[in-house]
Amino acid sequence: MPPFDQQVASHRDYLMRFARLQLRNEAWAEDAVSETLLAALSKPQSFGSRSQLKTWLVGILKHKVIDALRHHGREVCVGGDSQDEQVDPLDHMAFAPDGHFATAPSDWGNPEQDLSSRQFMAVLEACASQLPASQGRLFLMREWLELSSEDICKELGLTSTNLYVQLHRARLRLRECLELNWFAESRPAR
Amino acid sequence: MMPFPLKRTCKEVSALLIAREDRELPPVERVALRLHMAMCQACPRFERQVLTLRNAMKNWRQYANDPGDER
Repeated sequence: MPPFDQQVASHRDYLMRFARLQLRNEAWAEDAVSETLLAALSKPQSFGSRSQLKTWLVGILKHKVIDALRHHGREVCVGGDSQDEQVDPLDHMAFAPDGHFATAPSDWGNPEQDLSSRQFMAVLEACASQLPASQGRLFLMREWLELSSEDICKELGLTSTNLYVQLHRARLRLRECLELNWFAESRPAR
Repeated sequence: MMPFPLKRTCKEVSALLIAREDRELPPVERVALRLHMAMCQACPRFERQVLTLRNAMKNWRQYANDPGDER
């Protein structure tokens, strides 16, 4: 078995993947991962045998990532504010002028098996990484860090209205991306 | 005063179904949602998509947090 420091270091790429996805900033991600590795190496005794090394490191990373988000505060939720990011993705959906569905949403079936496949995880992560930066950060604070909406507002000094608008857009964009890149292909031809 | 204060369009209902992932809906909206879902053919499909997404994120979280030894 390789020495502990080599084992820890071998997970660097894996940790970077999630740090990048959550922080959407290369320098912040590098810092969070370095701090994670240092913390792990400085207290190997707190790595209990019950958890796997990777799982333990992910746990530390989450704390470092929350510190980074807190530290960068306002910057975290300021998007590029491009025109495209301001669009409500609901307007892309097939609604008639009276607000009713012009075409019913497609049937995604019941792909329980597919939804834990590695291919699906790769598509899901690609879709999440394509969200506008601020939307992606807030979305992953909900879905990866599992923070409540209240806590996110508190950490970032964000109004709940602002948070809900961003999460609304993020979720609908993700839905659209998965529909195009996953469900459209597995759906039987019409 | 609107004649049907509980009447919602599919677009409004879609927004509620998305919002429900991040916040508790006010009681009036919950009732309005339920009424609409009982009468609409299309919105239950959208709801199933939203629930599928919720499930997918749960699977992903498990995969990301407790990855086993795939590498």
